[in-house]
Amino acid sequence: MAKNSTSTGLAPPKLVVEGLCKRYGKVAALEPTQLSVPSGEFLTLLGPSGSGKTTLLQLVCGLVEATEGKVFIDGQDQSDTPVYQRDIGLVFQHYALFPHLTVSENIAFPLKMRRQPAAEIKTRVSDALDMVHLGHLSARFPRELSGGQQQRVALARCFVYQPSIILMDEPLGALDKKLRDHMQIEIKRLHRESGATIIYVTHDQEEALALSDRICLMNHARIEQLGTPHDIYMRPRSAFAADFIGISNILRGTFERNGGGTKLVTPHGAFYLPEGIATNGEGGGLVVRPEHLRIGADSPNTLCGSVKEIVYAGSETRVIAQLTDGHEIILRLPPGQSVPRMGDTISASWDKDVAALVP
Amino acid sequence: MSTLVASQPRRSVLKGRFLRAHPLWLAVPGLAFLLIFFAYPVASLLFLSVTDTETGSWSIASFARIANTDVYLRVLGITFKIAGNTALLSLLIGYPLAYWIAGLPERFRNRMLLFVMIPFWTSYLVKTFAWMIILGRSGVINNLLLGSGVAEPLPLLHNEFGVMVGMVHAMVPLAAMTMLPVMTSIDRRLVSAAQTLGSSPAHAFWLVYFKLSLPGVTAAGLLVFISSLGFFIVPAFLGGRQETMLAQLIITQVSELLNWPFAGALAAMMLVTALFACWIYDRIFGISTISGGAVVESTGRIRLIGLKVLEIVAALASRIAAAARLLFGKKITALFLPIVCWSIIAFLVVPTLLVLPMGFTSSEFLEFPPPGYSMRWFGTYFSSPLWTSATLRSFGVAFATAIVATAIGGFAALALANSRSRWSGLIFAFFLAPMIVPRIVIAVGMFYLFAQIGLVASNTGLVIGHTVLAVPFTLVAISAVLKNYDMRLDQAAATLGASRVRTLVSVTIPMIKGGLIAAFLFAFITSFDELTIAIFVSGGLKTTLPKQMWDDMILQLNPTLAAVSVVVFVLVTTLLLLAERFRRSA
Repeated sequence: MAKNSTSTGLAPPKLVVEGLCKRYGKVAALEPTQLSVPSGEFLTLLGPSGSGKTTLLQLVCGLVEATEGKVFIDGQDQSDTPVYQRDIGLVFQHYALFPHLTVSENIAFPLKMRRQPAAEIKTRVSDALDMVHLGHLSARFPRELSGGQQQRVALARCFVYQPSIILMDEPLGALDKKLRDHMQIEIKRLHRESGATIIYVTHDQEEALALSDRICLMNHARIEQLGTPHDIYMRPRSAFAADFIGISNILRGTFERNGGGTKLVTPHGAFYLPEGIATNGEGGGLVVRPEHLRIGADSPNTLCGSVKEIVYAGSETRVIAQLTDGHEIILRLPPGQSVPRMGDTISASWDKDVAALVP
Repeated sequence: MSTLVASQPRRSVLKGRFLRAHPLWLAVPGLAFLLIFFAYPVASLLFLSVTDTETGSWSIASFARIANTDVYLRVLGITFKIAGNTALLSLLIGYPLAYWIAGLPERFRNRMLLFVMIPFWTSYLVKTFAWMIILGRSGVINNLLLGSGVAEPLPLLHNEFGVMVGMVHAMVPLAAMTMLPVMTSIDRRLVSAAQTLGSSPAHAFWLVYFKLSLPGVTAAGLLVFISSLGFFIVPAFLGGRQETMLAQLIITQVSELLNWPFAGALAAMMLVTALFACWIYDRIFGISTISGGAVVESTGRIRLIGLKVLEIVAALASRIAAAARLLFGKKITALFLPIVCWSIIAFLVVPTLLVLPMGFTSSEFLEFPPPGYSMRWFGTYFSSPLWTSATLRSFGVAFATAIVATAIGGFAALALANSRSRWSGLIFAFFLAPMIVPRIVIAVGMFYLFAQIGLVASNTGLVIGHTVLAVPFTLVAISAVLKNYDMRLDQAAATLGASRVRTLVSVTIPMIKGGLIAAFLFAFITSFDELTIAIFVSGGLKTTLPKQMWDDMILQLNPTLAAVSVVVFVLVTTLLLLAERFRRSA
């Protein structure tokens, strides 16, 4: 029985993964990984393709056999339980609705497999259909539905049998932007209403920030950083994390320690570091988010450059400026603020405490 | 009415444009060719069956004779029985094989596919010859049995057993190849999905995979049944008098008794049965599923009953699978499918391979294993003017057929790929019809036509006949390549100033070259080992290689036949491997 190591305190973790790894020959799809997910949490596995997030998902649900390691659900060792006895729900990227079954037959499928009485199946299917607002389409076949509707059927088919854990493998990947935004709200609502534990795979950082209680950032088949969205956005622990979540300006340099505080000396100038930050090693990269840069030289931390490109995006204007050594930085100006012109020389400054330091 | 009048002028404008540049015009030469040499002869044969040749008036005398003669009714019954059993057994054997191959990783899959392709394209004569050597009274099996102390040789040949072995062996590749495209297009993630939703592997297979593969299964059953209806090589050599099939009867009526109306009536019955089977299939599944169209899920009670039956089967299978796992352990159970499939592949490939050493025997007789090896029978083959002239004629005819069929199929494929007309589906079906109509029906009809216009016993007649049979293959091969061809390249060439002809010659044809060569080779093989038409159309001294083999096999088995079989098998397999390579590279 694994120890509960998360911040929720007394509640036993829903899922614990211990030293789980998967190798294909010499290639590691997932390095040995530890993870603990408390009941009711919405955890996102975020990372680029090939980072191991889908492998981790498949190992948890049992579609792929682990090379080593264990999976505990509600404290029970499930490592050798076949996928169909694991009591896990999986929402597939391309929905995986059965084309030969109607919407309601698709949703009834998991209940039938669990030998529920017919009357019970009927009420639960209609409840699930109502939950995703598709009651009027119950007799249709999947190919007669739009992509968004199909995805909602897939969600209903998963929520209907109330599995211990619901896994979602890039469920919104095939939808267009507008529908995706809408479905994100839908999934948030389902999560809130059902209280289910959800592990959600995506490579879209905005989606991860919008949905998650915690984000598990993955890269090169291992966990890069695990934390709340705010944590990961504001305090990235690596250049990869800073770069993958949001656009970042990273200024690299070496530390200069002298009495009062530590400065980072870069080709673009020497900058003050955030208060109380640990500075290990010779140097590092200072992460400054584009929205934290403002035009003007009102802070000791200031960069100078000439405007190369101006991108108007409605809710904001992005300005790309080139520093004297050719390095480019991005600023994000809120609407209403005066925008420089192409070729202008500008100063961009930031408050030292909003920046983050990465190795 | 008023709308009709109003649309009149617009329609004539459209019509004018149609006449000028509509892509379907490219299909016209092929359509004309098939109308004259395929549709017309078959139709006139049917017409003949209800005509009194003396007076030229309508008559159902031929059908009355069939209905009133026990022998003919029995032949009909046997033909249906053998065709039905063949279809059933071919599905049972072909399904696991196709399932297994469809589930292999792609690179590996293409290699395993050759084990189905090679038996599929191997000449029926060679395959039948192989079974005669294996099943005969002093054949391979009986030799082994007698060697191990069995007193009496088993009667394996010239009975129903022999026919069924030969028929199933000939038809399993067709069944597997028809099921494969449906199976490879099934999304295997659906099976995973079913398992995450709580189905055992057996439930997931029957309720999801098997259900989704059913269109392929029924299409394969239909094609095998129809092809088996027209078989004559296998029953002629492996069956006894009890197993005489309809096609043999037709051959006798035409070539020995010259009773055209009666042959026409027999052919009509075969054709009507085939079309009836197609019609039933269309009513239940929709004929477009054969060419890969979407399956329209039927609704209502039949569908629900079907699902219920599958649930019962799944529950049973799940118990059996659980028991097997318990009995043999997980590891060994997982080996069942590969073991079964390798056995099936052995059944398909090994008999033909046994012929190879027989060609090099030093003995006067066909015994296995050969007592010694020599090249003497190849010497006999190549020094016989009869065999060499037949071989050369087959080469020439196959070459001409391949060129004509590739041209016709190529233009038709281009026409269909470029056209969105609602006629396209119908035209495609018409071009494929020579594959559906039993060959013997086409052959007899063509013989009748050729007899009137003096093309019997001519090379031209052979080329025309073989082209009719080869066009479906070339059309399918070239259409498959064009499906992946980006038509915007043609548009790009046009915007860059290339004329239509120029675009075809310098853009389209170079891009689909691989498909064209593959089509050419498939057509070549089709003609090279074609027998049905050759039996009627090649005559006297102008025989083809398969016709010469047929005559020799009827007369007496001899080692020269084995040598010829080796040459035919090696040649066809080489061409097939080449064709596959070009098809892939396209």
